[in-house]
Amino acid sequence: MSNSGIDVPPKGGFSFDLCRRNDMLAKKGVQPPSSFRKTGTTIVGLVFQDGVILGADTRATEGPIVCDKNCEKIHYMAPNIYCCGAGTAADTEAVTDMVSSQLQLHRYHTGRESRVVTALTLLKKHLFNYQGHVQAALVLGGVDVTGPHLHTIYPHGSTDTLPFATMGSGSLAAMSVFESKYREGLTRDEGITIVVEAICSGIFNDLGSGSNVDVCVLTKGHKEYLRNHLLPNPRTFVNPKGFTFPKKIEVLLTKITPLKEKVEVIEGGDAMEE
Amino acid sequence: MTKQQANWSPYDNNGGSCVAVAGADYCVVAADTRMSTGYSILTRDYSKICKLADKCVMASSGFQADVKALQKLLAARHLIYQQQHNKQMSCPAMGQLLSNTLYYKRFFPYYSFNVLGGLDSEGKGCVFTYDAVGSYERVGYSSQGSGSTLIMPFLDNQLKSPSPLLLPALDAVTPLSESEAVDLVKTVFASATERDIYTGDKLEIVVINAEGIRREYIELRKD
Repeated sequence: MSNSGIDVPPKGGFSFDLCRRNDMLAKKGVQPPSSFRKTGTTIVGLVFQDGVILGADTRATEGPIVCDKNCEKIHYMAPNIYCCGAGTAADTEAVTDMVSSQLQLHRYHTGRESRVVTALTLLKKHLFNYQGHVQAALVLGGVDVTGPHLHTIYPHGSTDTLPFATMGSGSLAAMSVFESKYREGLTRDEGITIVVEAICSGIFNDLGSGSNVDVCVLTKGHKEYLRNHLLPNPRTFVNPKGFTFPKKIEVLLTKITPLKEKVEVIEGGDAMEE
Repeated sequence: MTKQQANWSPYDNNGGSCVAVAGADYCVVAADTRMSTGYSILTRDYSKICKLADKCVMASSGFQADVKALQKLLAARHLIYQQQHNKQMSCPAMGQLLSNTLYYKRFFPYYSFNVLGGLDSEGKGCVFTYDAVGSYERVGYSSQGSGSTLIMPFLDNQLKSPSPLLLPALDAVTPLSESEAVDLVKTVFASATERDIYTGDKLEIVVINAEGIRREYIELRKD
């Protein structure tokens, strides 16, 4: 135990041992790594007359570089519940997968369809427990026995229950569309149109969001996951002639140094034993 | 008691990428037209390319306020030169002037990453590439700005100057034709736009040859 280096915390999770070292380094002027893979992102949700519609863009960024042009930000939680995630990609994936498994076990235990508030409580408890270090900002939506529900969950664990919601770096661009066009009692097609417009607003006006629009429509007993519902960003120019790539590697200098033989080979030694 | 730090910065980065490619008797200078700050777009239609002399064009990315100031200064100095020498400044001369102007502000630099392109006094294409404080070099092609790390390796692959270690020294200008060079530049920007969030909207291409200067625009992804 005394020579084991960094001890793993007994119940798993984060070890804060290096915080003092990080503080000391920061005081000396050392920058911590600035670009984790985040999802930049515009995610939205709205409640319409028959249920909930969720929408998301598909760009994942590492600092100023796009690392995935077509990632999936609408995560499965239960057959009747889906969750959009913004923030650090690893955190949103991990937390939604974990709660999805917990919900499945709970369904086996209770024999009933999962409720949105159950997913909500499991997520917010987890995020609050980690005091905001798990950087996941989520839009949770679904339809259960009590009706359609839409919630936002912030990295520190607070939640809101809303008729329409946006999160991510493109949330202001998307919210401006919702605030102008949302009204109660929308039909399915009207709802999808507004969601697509809000996501497009994020895609074109926010640099952290881009590429395609994903939509998920949830109604009582039925779900429609419309992956790449809209592709408003085709590649603009492809060189018709194509490019050739040199196969040969350019040799700048050839220098061969023969090594001196250090091993003496004795001829006619004993044969090796079998 | 820790040393007091500034709570503001005089600089901002407006993003964008610039490229210049020199040919046997032409020079292609290109830049995207997006101006941004942080995660927002300020405008989709901003020219980063400035004509400094008859056969000399500069493209600059970085902090556009500093770029504007630099362009203004160089234009004024060119006017004075014309009045004193009764001729236009050649591209290499403008190259030296730009370097000196940048180094003059060595201890409060212009946050401007420049490429200068044009025809030298023999009519051959020439490209000069700069850092923020005036270090410069004549090259066959160059890129600067937020997308330069994505663009430069591809240009190296396609236009590779023979290594400076090989003797006798070979000319750096590309043997490609003018239209091939323009196609290459369009491809390079379309690719950089896919992966760099600060590059996009429209591409402005300026071609300088014996006939004069012509301008071309093509659309890029707007997300």
